[in-house]
Amino acid sequence: MEFGLSDEQQEIKATAREFLASRFTPAKVRELAESGSPYDDGLWREMCELGWPGIAIPERYGGQGLGVVELVILLEEMGYALAPSPFISNAYAGALIASAGSDEQRERWLPGIAAGTARGAAEFTNEGGPVVGAAKGSTVLALLTDGGPRIVPTADAELERIPVIDDTRAYFRVRAESGDPLPGDVAWARAAGAVALAAESVGLAARALDIATEYAKEREQFGRPIGAYQAVSHRLANMLWAVEEARSLTYYAAWCADADPEALPLAASMAKARASDAACSVTHDAIQTLGGIGFTWEHDIHFFLKRARVSAQLMGTAAEHRERVASLVGL
Amino acid sequence: MDLTLTAEEQAFRDEVREWLAENHPGEPPAGGEDAQFEFARQWQRTLHEAGWAGISWPREYGGRGATLIEQAIFQEEMARAKAPRPANVLGLVMGGPVVIAHGTEEQKERFLEPILSAEEIWCQGFSEPGSGSDLASLKTRAVKEDGGWRITGQKVWTTYAHHAKWCMLLARSDPDAPKHKGLTYFILDMEQDEVEVRPLRQITGEAEFNELFIDGAWVPDENVIGGEGNGWAVAITTLMNERAGLGATAALGLQATLDDLIELAKRRGRAGDPLVRDRIARLKIAVEGLRLGALRSLTATMRVGIPGPEGSIAKLQWSAANQAMTELALELGGLEALRTDDSWSYRFLRSRANSIEGGTSDVLRNIVAERVLGLPKLR
Repeated sequence: MEFGLSDEQQEIKATAREFLASRFTPAKVRELAESGSPYDDGLWREMCELGWPGIAIPERYGGQGLGVVELVILLEEMGYALAPSPFISNAYAGALIASAGSDEQRERWLPGIAAGTARGAAEFTNEGGPVVGAAKGSTVLALLTDGGPRIVPTADAELERIPVIDDTRAYFRVRAESGDPLPGDVAWARAAGAVALAAESVGLAARALDIATEYAKEREQFGRPIGAYQAVSHRLANMLWAVEEARSLTYYAAWCADADPEALPLAASMAKARASDAACSVTHDAIQTLGGIGFTWEHDIHFFLKRARVSAQLMGTAAEHRERVASLVGL
Repeated sequence: MDLTLTAEEQAFRDEVREWLAENHPGEPPAGGEDAQFEFARQWQRTLHEAGWAGISWPREYGGRGATLIEQAIFQEEMARAKAPRPANVLGLVMGGPVVIAHGTEEQKERFLEPILSAEEIWCQGFSEPGSGSDLASLKTRAVKEDGGWRITGQKVWTTYAHHAKWCMLLARSDPDAPKHKGLTYFILDMEQDEVEVRPLRQITGEAEFNELFIDGAWVPDENVIGGEGNGWAVAITTLMNERAGLGATAALGLQATLDDLIELAKRRGRAGDPLVRDRIARLKIAVEGLRLGALRSLTATMRVGIPGPEGSIAKLQWSAANQAMTELALELGGLEALRTDDSWSYRFLRSRANSIEGGTSDVLRNIVAERVLGLPKLR
């Protein structure tokens, strides 16, 4: 038994950390968020060259054939960098089609999704219709509600951008009359998608904790760094607790998706519930630690807060997932 | 990453499981605390004869040299079989490892075997009425005389003192040195008139712990561990042993409590109450968060020798979850659960100590802040 990243997985993580830190600098993330159009085609092409879009897609469709654990490693790092990217929506569409699609659907759509040249985009939630991340610019949509799990070419759908507080991602309400039904069971992919989003939330919470910790070491009031005061340091300790607990649950759920699918429903709901709560509470507490500067547009922390809050509403809220947990433990 | 057991680990688990099925001692006897302690002592003898007593100890000292994973498997099987705890827990978890790490060959020869066989029970004399979290401020004096040390002072929260032959005692051997430097670690013989043991009644009504009144007790030079003035470093080893073993096994106990809580919710007709369902789901997530963090910590420790940051929060997670569970049980259970003969009233009262014993949650947050996050010290 080994609950830790293998050498290959650690290498994926290190490569991702380095690549994302150099490309998605705080200045670049801010520039993309403020531009109103958060996705950069050049950076997406670079991710495609690294093979990321196909990381968890079978090799026969041009993917790397790795698992949800590797996907989660990338997403945790993307959350840490708060990288604006269509990556998660494309990966979720890939998981839905790969696990629930017909052979024909897989052959038609997965190669483009794996290469990143013909992106997929998937339904994150339903509010007045399916809400899809990064729908604009995609080739194919994987929808789950208002007509059941189905595939719709993006060209056949009507897209309406929803202006939510998270400027680091683009969300669209989708109207699509028809679609090509996904014949298989989407339960596994939905759970895996929730775990992927949980991983992103863990990463952004970890970054918010780092930002707050660094500030608490440097900022002085009453003649000493504020991190020396227990009112501040104990809050930071609680933030670490939240991050680490969410991380343990998320990695376990990712492993279940790959190796123990029967345990996945409970594991995924625990992970998403804990990670959503952790990302919200840690970003709140980070702003409290930063004080006034944390409430300014000029400081980057608000981008993390906003992503955390919007992600908490996607792929099942914490309360909805806890209700599933209650059912699954016998209540 | 692979959370399944390897073939060797499975074989180990099967061996433990089979042995426990054949050798389980049954229910502890009715009757007094002494009879129950003798039962636990006999159980440890049985464990020792089969080589299970010092499972983490190196083989050369009579242990099994088990890996951390094997230790976790063993504890899990013990919990699954509802096997009782051995009598000499403090000797096995703290006393023995300290003698192995810091003792001389003569000390190892003298002390280790009777710990394993439960022939000599060990207790711990660290805390004092004036020195709890700030342990290094302790005042019990050790004065050098010819051939040994004369000890005078008071200790508190001493488990098993009334059964113990030896006490791991931390005392001030140099009153002029800085507080961490003036301490020495002694093995005190409890069987002398200068040591008085008084039971300490706690809010549950029982007395798990004792106070020690030490008035000129004698410790010969050969019972100093780690050398004069090194008591703090030696004591830290014991405390680290106390905390390292906690996470994986604590989660098992919490899961059993959670199962009882779910049964209680059903029996009281509250299983459909959305508020109850939400709180129980939170507790399930907390238990799994602790269990999985403990497994991450085991892997990290086996790979690089130290647990990752997740290890530092295990005790915080455990105490918070156990307290929250017993609090919810009292809310669900009504006056019935508050009866003095109901197990929930006992578990609730006992859990109040969880965030104090073995490092208060307040001090543990200081440790996380300083050692994991690298924040400046207030002091």
